[in-house]
Amino acid sequence: MDLTEQQIERYSRHILLQQVGYEGQLKIAQGKVLIIGAGGLGAPAALYLAAAGVGTIGIIDADVVDITNLQRQVIHHTPDIGVPKVTSAANKIAEINPDVRVIQYHSWFNPDNALQIISDYDFIIDGTDNFPTKFLINDACVMVGKAFSHGGILRFEGQTFTHIPGTACYRCIFPKVPPKNLVPTCSQAGVLGSIAGMLGTIQATEALKYILGIGDLLTNKLLVFNALNMQFRTVPVKKNDNCPVCGTNPSITELVMEEQAVCELKTK
Amino acid sequence: MKITVNGEAKQYEQAVVTVADLLVLEQVASPEMVSVQQNGDFVATEQFETTLIHDGDEIDFLFFMGGGSIPDFSNI
Ligand SMILES: [Zn+2]
Repeated sequence: MDLTEQQIERYSRHILLQQVGYEGQLKIAQGKVLIIGAGGLGAPAALYLAAAGVGTIGIIDADVVDITNLQRQVIHHTPDIGVPKVTSAANKIAEINPDVRVIQYHSWFNPDNALQIISDYDFIIDGTDNFPTKFLINDACVMVGKAFSHGGILRFEGQTFTHIPGTACYRCIFPKVPPKNLVPTCSQAGVLGSIAGMLGTIQATEALKYILGIGDLLTNKLLVFNALNMQFRTVPVKKNDNCPVCGTNPSITELVMEEQAVCELKTK
Repeated sequence: MKITVNGEAKQYEQAVVTVADLLVLEQVASPEMVSVQQNGDFVATEQFETTLIHDGDEIDFLFFMGGGSIPDFSNI
């Protein structure tokens, strides 16, 4: 594979970077990133990964664009209200960069499709807002040995870490799904829109670093920030021997959606 | 007692004896919504009541945080 003259021009600011260069841009062009949730985090991540020239971007989301999304989900625009988020995102990506192949999954990420979908990708971005899916992404990635970026935002705060095989996973930090309604989501408690951009672009940066094999990933550390005082803190976290999925004696050996309420809703 | 909580040096007038005591002082509403590290090691939720805190300990509270796309499982 070679870059065309036009591509060399398009990616010139990458190619100028010593740690990227022509070879690095080729790696990006061959990279495959899956974005789970085309919402507040997935939107900025998708925009930057598309602009960067990531060869294949998979997007999974069953939702349609809603007016309340537009305050922060910057890949969706006002005329997209009512359009499936995956379609809206794919259209913007095509406009930004025709080099990118977009694979749309207009469904939810669930225990039945999880392993098959992630197996096609190098790096997974968790852009979801519900804990059962966050735990499912973690478990699936740990089980098949995939790298992923976890992201969470609420009100004025954000947190993220990166998992690669052998490093701390989400369950090392939080062993199980929190009880329903104990932890508010953005849809209940609100979120400053630009926080989603701050966190989603960190996740995109981790994906690019992973593809390029450069720098130090946010592994074995949780980055937390509070935008009200603009304090960023990196908390070291260790792989937990008692972790239910990656510990020495794991109790979770197959994929499930953990929250009871979700199962009840499913059957209606 | 001096403890570092989330990177911030704190002095407590009150007796802080266990992780559970510190959660009360720091107004953490429910122990189920926080993960606690003591000097870099996780403390299991079931051990909050029995895990002693010592002068000079570094304690980190890590909270659950959701994300960007609103969950709607009605059409799974
Ligand atoms: Zn783990």
